[in-house]
Amino acid sequence: MTFLNFLISGISLGSIYAIIALGYTMVYGIAKMLNFAHGDVIMVGAYICFYAVSRFSLPPLAGVVLAMLVCTVLGMLVERLAYKPLRAAPSLAVLITAIGVSYFLQNTALLLWSSNPKVFPSVVGNGKIEMFGGQLTISHVTIVTIAACVIIMLALTWFTGNTRMGKAMRACSEDKGAAQLMGINVNATISMTFAIGSGLAAIAGVLLCSAYPTLVPTTGSMPGIKAFTAAVFGGIGSIPGALLGGLLLGVIEIFAKAYISTQLSDAVVFAVLIVVLLVKPAGLLGKQIHEKV
Amino acid sequence: MAPILKVEDINVYYGSIHAVKGVSFEVNEGEIVTLIGANGAGKSTTLNTISGLLHSKTGSITFMDEHLSRFPCHKIVSKGLAMVPEGRRIFLQMTVQENLEMGAFTQGKAGIDADLDHVFSLFPRLEERRRQVAGTLSGGEQQMLAMGRALMSHPKLLMLDEPSMGLAPILVEQIFEIIQELHKAGTTILLVEQNAQAALSVADRGYVLETGRIVTSGTGHELLESPAIKKAYLGG
Repeated sequence: MTFLNFLISGISLGSIYAIIALGYTMVYGIAKMLNFAHGDVIMVGAYICFYAVSRFSLPPLAGVVLAMLVCTVLGMLVERLAYKPLRAAPSLAVLITAIGVSYFLQNTALLLWSSNPKVFPSVVGNGKIEMFGGQLTISHVTIVTIAACVIIMLALTWFTGNTRMGKAMRACSEDKGAAQLMGINVNATISMTFAIGSGLAAIAGVLLCSAYPTLVPTTGSMPGIKAFTAAVFGGIGSIPGALLGGLLLGVIEIFAKAYISTQLSDAVVFAVLIVVLLVKPAGLLGKQIHEKV
Repeated sequence: MAPILKVEDINVYYGSIHAVKGVSFEVNEGEIVTLIGANGAGKSTTLNTISGLLHSKTGSITFMDEHLSRFPCHKIVSKGLAMVPEGRRIFLQMTVQENLEMGAFTQGKAGIDADLDHVFSLFPRLEERRRQVAGTLSGGEQQMLAMGRALMSHPKLLMLDEPSMGLAPILVEQIFEIIQELHKAGTTILLVEQNAQAALSVADRGYVLETGRIVTSGTGHELLESPAIKKAYLGG
């Protein structure tokens, strides 16, 4: 029964990683860049929700929506100001810029909200369900997290498979030049991808802080790196890959904490990543594309 | 016949490399015009500049009395100018039908089914494979898909960049038959080819490019008969 408990918290943590990883993977798929500031957008989302709920007494749902709006705008703004001017620059320059944006967001948060940890009020309350005479407990946060992840995955899969804009996004991710020849506005598509990814980051931030309620300006960086790992693990650029990578990473991390060592859990996670990449360099669901000539 | 496309004195650079040097030519409505020349002569660069993927430092490109340089690349297809790029560049991970839908991106939803039927009547193989991922198609089928995709936008001028590249002779023949069919149906065609023989035999007029400059022009027939052209491009 403890095994089941661990498994469920692993899936819950993994769901959060998966939602963050989606942002990484979508942006990578379309803009071919690693947006290392993505983790810090999570932190901003969490702070916005925190202030909305505990200082301005907004209902939790309104707090989440507000956080999503702010993060969406923030994501588009970052893309417009920091990345778009570098569209033709070498990818290393873009990568360094992304790291710069990451520090910029962290330090701005430090300035605005200080380094004192905030205790984040869970947006879904602290209730839990007990089963088997109290041996198996599942908190409401866990249920909401897993449900949110499933809904987001289904919605995104539907969006990219069935809508005009979603298909345009896939076209851009394959070949920007050809997409432009079709009449697709590549800049607008990239901007929209950042908007979606950042909106999802806000949700991830709120869920993360509801489960692990200490909020500081660096809250987003470690989950950000882990989610990036998850995206690579599953195959960067692939949406199902982000889900699979996130869930596996979460479960491995919790199991490593439970059965091996709390201190070594991150080492175990990254060791597994290295092994997977040695065997499958494109990640679990990543495709190696062969072009016909 | 009025020129539908007029290219005047374009100069295109890749960094410090001067790829297209003062090229001017025109395409009249209803014609098939071909640009021929060796590798690196600037043929594809010229087409990519017309479609807006590259930019010229000088001169102008006028399409149906509008200056194209004013518009970003993604606005150009809706003016009635479609391109089948070199190397086909279809979306390999999307299905045949999705590729065709992307071709109709600037069109309203309404006519899409009729347009699909039209493309499928030209290329029946594509209909058989409409739910298949484009990456699994053979080279010839991919070329057909690239052409079908461009036709979905109802182009008045269709630009084809090396449609015969890498195809078996029988497929090359098929592709050129389809080009002629499209031409008969009223589409103006600008064709870039290394296969000079095939291109000149269908073309009304041709221009010969050499290291970024137009060195000769004439009707398809004249160029086919010209001794200099024969020697350089048609194998004696």
